[in-house]
Amino acid sequence: MKEIVIISGKGGTGKTTIAGSFAVLTDKVVVADCDVDAPDLHLLLHPELIETSEFAGSKSAFINKSRCVECGLCKGNCKFNAISEEFSVDTHSCEGCGVCALVCPVQAVEMKEKVSGYSYISKIENGFMSHALLNPGEENSGKLVTFVRDKAKEIAMKENIGKIIIDGAPGISCPVISSVTGTNAGVVVTEPTVSGVHDLKRILELMEHFRVKPFVLINKFDINKDKAKEIEEFCVEKGVEVVGKIPFDPVVTTAMVNGEPVVKFIPQSEVSKEIKRIWKKVSENF
Amino acid sequence: MIISIASGKGGTGKTSIATNLALSINNVQLLDCDVEEPNSYLFLKPEINKTEDVFIFVPVVDESLCDNCGKCAEFCEYNAIFVSKDKILIFPELCHSCGGCKLVCPTSAIREEPHKTGTIYYGNSKGIEIIYGELEVGDAVASNVVREVKLRMNKDRNVIIDSPPGASCPVIESVKNSDFCILVTEPTPFGLHDLRIAVSVLREMDIPFGVIVNRADIGDRKVYDYCKKENISILLEVPFERKIAELYSKGIPFVLEMPAWKEKFQKLFDTIRAMVQK
Amino acid sequence: MKICVTSTGESLDSALDPRFGRCAYFIIIDSNSMEFEAIPNASSNVRGGAGIEAVQTVINKRVDVLITGDVGPNASRIFNTSNIKVIVGVSGAVRELVERYKKGLLK
Repeated sequence: MKEIVIISGKGGTGKTTIAGSFAVLTDKVVVADCDVDAPDLHLLLHPELIETSEFAGSKSAFINKSRCVECGLCKGNCKFNAISEEFSVDTHSCEGCGVCALVCPVQAVEMKEKVSGYSYISKIENGFMSHALLNPGEENSGKLVTFVRDKAKEIAMKENIGKIIIDGAPGISCPVISSVTGTNAGVVVTEPTVSGVHDLKRILELMEHFRVKPFVLINKFDINKDKAKEIEEFCVEKGVEVVGKIPFDPVVTTAMVNGEPVVKFIPQSEVSKEIKRIWKKVSENF
Repeated sequence: MIISIASGKGGTGKTSIATNLALSINNVQLLDCDVEEPNSYLFLKPEINKTEDVFIFVPVVDESLCDNCGKCAEFCEYNAIFVSKDKILIFPELCHSCGGCKLVCPTSAIREEPHKTGTIYYGNSKGIEIIYGELEVGDAVASNVVREVKLRMNKDRNVIIDSPPGASCPVIESVKNSDFCILVTEPTPFGLHDLRIAVSVLREMDIPFGVIVNRADIGDRKVYDYCKKENISILLEVPFERKIAELYSKGIPFVLEMPAWKEKFQKLFDTIRAMVQK
Repeated sequence: MKICVTSTGESLDSALDPRFGRCAYFIIIDSNSMEFEAIPNASSNVRGGAGIEAVQTVINKRVDVLITGDVGPNASRIFNTSNIKVIVGVSGAVRELVERYKKGLLK
């Protein structure tokens, strides 16, 4: 089984548009949407829900009022100000460390896993999709990304599908590491802006560490050709392949509004042709 | 007045709105709380006149007292401590500073010492006071640095907070106690989907808010329909213009080269003030 | 000698799991008898610091060699101070990897 991940340093570079396009250009595929903070891929791929499961991402303290003697030790030792005057726990502030349960002299505190979101397996036109949704205030984590990827693998195995496309988490922290590790190749979607360049450097370092082969894709390259050139030169210097440059074109948004990846909605557009060309190259890694 | 600027998804133009607004009104303090990607300085290019380190307290083990019993590692919910029969290692990047290890240690071998988790930068640019935080690469807990940036708030000024994108803990920490929150979105299915998530968070926190539609002439009308139905005011629309996009890519706030926009941002500020006072 | 291979399944014919901290199983093999034990990785499911918890498992089992796809920066820091030989960047079935290691083909 082969996995290709699509990532970007900052949000809004067009990562999901690219992932959605790749998904429809493949024959049989399982798509894993690991961008759980902004899970938008379903808006392009229209998954039909097959299976929902609860996801317990973190723990929170719960105080059993009938046991509590209001000694105040829990409150005094909590570093997160999560325990109120009335000895109830604010589950948003609680980071689940367990100190209150440790210091409680009457065992009135219980640490319980809390439901922080839901994960789904769905059917799409040419395969399956594994995705998730977090409750507000909950954070994406390496655990959830691993969960979504494992679910994708499970269904791929069951259905005998050899290809997985991962829409990775943005940023550079733990969820990104979990999106990248163990994949066969990664497409880094960047844009020629000051923030884009800055974030690209950080993400390439991370991929180098995990020895995942990077392909850089410059989206909307004609918005700032100088910056695009700067990115290309930087990649040459680093020995990283720039796999393609996509021009800015409003058809991408038109396609999105119509709920379809651009390669499917307007296949003859320049953007679509370039994405297809890029996919041909990248998919050799499958 | 404290105005925070947030968005459900990244890349909607949150930082662009924050910096352009900051440049259009007087007596501004801009707090960039997007500590994982503090990008507002790339647009305002402030002269940095002071930096401060942000510390959290992490455990340090006195090996002469430690008998490698492993109780601390077992207790630690974040796997920030590793113990084997002949060594003990601490991973400060994973530590949440809960203090539990020190409490469970039977030989009192653990004390707490400061670990640098971020940096606060103070700067000035075109009359704006800018304070931004940057999380150390690899550190996991952004909220600590956000909290430190906000402690440096000067309430006598018009405070503008650039929040991180999304709806997670650091976002809540950033927008907490604002008088008003501006949600920046774009009129696409992606934008709408992520706007809904942000709206649910702000409603739960009971913070008044309004929407700015960026790249307003691309996409469809669904964001507008949604706002109308939910009784959310649309404060401003910024069209997609090549010139704006080009200026953005070069790191130039567009009010500097398109003065008509300065007035629009001033009006926006007046509207918000009226909404808050009401 | 005890060899640990991170694995996607519970048998010697399973493929190597390239992740260390969040692998599905640790297969621990006695290189002489080829007897083995498959341990489900409890840390694949922790919120953060999975690598560190996984090292704890491997060290508790008194392993001499670890064969895996990749080790994150935190786990590397621990292995650097241990006597465990770590081999990364390989792939294949568990049995085949152990055989290759015994022939001195893995570095």
